[in-house]
Amino acid sequence: MTGNTPLHLGVALDGAGWHPAAWRQADARPKELFSPRYWADLVTEAEAGLLDLVTIEDALNLQSDEFAEQDARADRVRGRLDAVLIAARVAPLTRHIGLVPTVIATHTEPFHISKAIATLDYAATGRAGVRVQVAARNDTAKHFGRREFPPIDLARINEPEVQQLVADHFDEAADYVQVLRRLWDSWEDDAEIRDVATGRFVDRDKLHYIDFDGRWFSVKGPSITPRPPQGQPLVAALGHADIPYRLIGRAADLGFVTPHDAEQAADLVARIDEQRHTAGRQDEKIHVWADLVVVLDDTEQAARDRLAALDELAGTEYTSDAKIFTGTPAQLADLLVQWQAQGLSGYRLRPATLPHDLQRITRGLVPELQRRGLFRTEYPQSGTLRGLLELDRPANRYVRA
Amino acid sequence: MTKQIHLAAHFPGVNNTTVWSDPAAGSHVEFDSFRRFAQIAERGKFDFLFLAEGLRLREQKGQIYDLDVVGRPDTFTVLAALAGVTQRLGLTGTINSTFNEPYEVARQFASLDHLSEGRAAWNVVTSWDQFTGENFRRGGYLAQGDRYERARTFLRTTTELFDSWNGVEILADQEQGRFLDTDRPGTFRHQDRFFDIEGQFNVPRSPQGRPVIFQAGDSEEGREFAASGADAIFSRYATRKEGKAFYDDVKGRLPKYGRERDDLLILPAASFVLGDTDAEAEELAHQVRRAQVSPQTAINFIEQLWNTDLSGFDVDGPLPSFDPVVEGEAIAKGRASVRQLAKDPIALANEWRDKAEVEKLSARDLVIEVTGRQTFVGSASTIAETINQFVQEDVSDGFILVPHITPDGLGPFVDTVVPLLQERGVFRTDYEGTTLRDHLGLKYPGDPQA
Repeated sequence: MTGNTPLHLGVALDGAGWHPAAWRQADARPKELFSPRYWADLVTEAEAGLLDLVTIEDALNLQSDEFAEQDARADRVRGRLDAVLIAARVAPLTRHIGLVPTVIATHTEPFHISKAIATLDYAATGRAGVRVQVAARNDTAKHFGRREFPPIDLARINEPEVQQLVADHFDEAADYVQVLRRLWDSWEDDAEIRDVATGRFVDRDKLHYIDFDGRWFSVKGPSITPRPPQGQPLVAALGHADIPYRLIGRAADLGFVTPHDAEQAADLVARIDEQRHTAGRQDEKIHVWADLVVVLDDTEQAARDRLAALDELAGTEYTSDAKIFTGTPAQLADLLVQWQAQGLSGYRLRPATLPHDLQRITRGLVPELQRRGLFRTEYPQSGTLRGLLELDRPANRYVRA
Repeated sequence: MTKQIHLAAHFPGVNNTTVWSDPAAGSHVEFDSFRRFAQIAERGKFDFLFLAEGLRLREQKGQIYDLDVVGRPDTFTVLAALAGVTQRLGLTGTINSTFNEPYEVARQFASLDHLSEGRAAWNVVTSWDQFTGENFRRGGYLAQGDRYERARTFLRTTTELFDSWNGVEILADQEQGRFLDTDRPGTFRHQDRFFDIEGQFNVPRSPQGRPVIFQAGDSEEGREFAASGADAIFSRYATRKEGKAFYDDVKGRLPKYGRERDDLLILPAASFVLGDTDAEAEELAHQVRRAQVSPQTAINFIEQLWNTDLSGFDVDGPLPSFDPVVEGEAIAKGRASVRQLAKDPIALANEWRDKAEVEKLSARDLVIEVTGRQTFVGSASTIAETINQFVQEDVSDGFILVPHITPDGLGPFVDTVVPLLQERGVFRTDYEGTTLRDHLGLKYPGDPQA
């Protein structure tokens, strides 16, 4: 059945690529990682490949090979630019592709981020999204000096008190998304009236206090920025367990998951679907996409050799939360089709190196999928990111029926 | 020596400067308005674009104030997008030091500076009110006495973050596999009574080292704060007498901080009305002022001083005969003018009544007179002459122009006044450098670790 359903594709951009030795590839541009041209080129390439969206990774700490703390390595890419601002910088240079920067809910202000994403939606004429992430590391918290978090011990992750801490982080993120969404709706679409006769610029009955009062923050509203073009920009989140799946089920339009085979894919789709029902969103659609790290070349052997060479340069074998795919674009297409049958609606591909693997996606995988009738051959004339993902423009929660 | 003039373009904010009822008035939110505004300024070789900020919609009598433009975009986001459609124009954002954290603001400005290749500037403001705080995690109230102390320490902390990278760490040596020359880049530690933070900053040093720092405060403390470390002041004194007094006062404070006269630029906000002749411009200016102060706007303005409900008041008659209410909470919230008006409301009301009587002004006319007079009114040659005189006489180092029509109101100035300034040799005919520091003639901060 699903074999002929077109699938959705996004690319996850991060530094020189996801492999720690990516910056040492011959075509890498390691000196330009902090230049606007580098990011414009990558997003333009993704748009040339008709992709649905790019995500841009971010964090409020330096990259680290260690999960729970800062490493001290000088042989890896360290340093990054603010993802929302990268997205804004490329917005006027692109016309069709969705722009989904990462924001860290734990340490930022939902009021600021709500207007930032609304503004990105204006600058990108309806193509903004936001990927919400939490930050549990205590060294990151010390950059803000307002909260203390206990050390993260992966060996104790399943103990009740650790689970409670994790749940707190994700519950705070759910509150955060709730505030983003209420603020986006805090202006009705036709609030700006410019009525010369009465001298009124806005109809203040169409502006709404959101009066959010939660455990971590309270926000009065309304936003200072009018409702963005999409009404509700796309909200995305990545999850690896039931607690984050609950966030996806409650708050997201798009969930990223990391299955390693078709069976796991089916299971994750079901678990998010269950969370969606529990959250009372029976009538709403949530896209579930699988994340895959991709190492793509003209032959499977070439891809394996390249990964081996990268591992050699990095001094360690690359491991990831997501499955690492090595092979040809046609082999990847086979896998995408096979997993899609389990209920996934798309994929977020993490290029192992940039621009190499991005170009193999846009110039190899995409034509392959098009030949199979599984991917668009052009963008719709004028469209929004929600439109690309077949999501309606939602009604405003504050409009009285 | 002939001074070179600096010019900037202030995208109109949420106050009654903008004549939104004019048929030529466009959106204050759509990105296309910002693009057009910025591109006009860049066509005129302006130094920078300037954005104000307000973090809560203004209210009067417990209701959202609906007579002026309401609504604006996020400052950082719109500036980053503008960096993509301009090449040289500086990008100045007003960002509050109360409702933000140093680590985040520092990385946003450093990112903006990278993404604009050296064109970022920060107008540092503070606010303290609980009203705005209701939108933020920190919430609440900052004691008046703590405002500048906190702003100073916030700025000092962000400076430490900007300086935590010295700009030469990135080797990107693919052969040797060395990306950095250090394994602990961006290390910082800051402790005082406002901030207790430590760790590693995650944005490498940006093209300007630090963004250009603007300051807008006018109090004694604000002036001292600016003299001690700001690169420019966004001032409100654009008239000859007041401007000169402010200029001399602030520049006179520089030596004790070991700073030179050109290390701090004074750039007042200024409005203008251009006509083919001076007489035509005067007539036009009067029309603009009447449009800016509608009868309802006049009532609301008087209410702010009298601090009382004046619904149904006849603005074509005299000012209220009773005195302003001094006690109680201000009826207008979230706007700067309240604080100015509140200093001695009864004295100011008497001053207004006297002026209205002498000049035979109705209440509305009085408001038009006390709020509206544009800085520069005249033909292009009159305005060019006046601006040049003001700058050469040290009234200012230039002006931050705010047009009353968005987004194209700056066009006539760029097309007619700028060429006259260029003919006189007092304004650039093209950008000579690439960064905002270059345009403003400001030094680059030295190697922080040298």
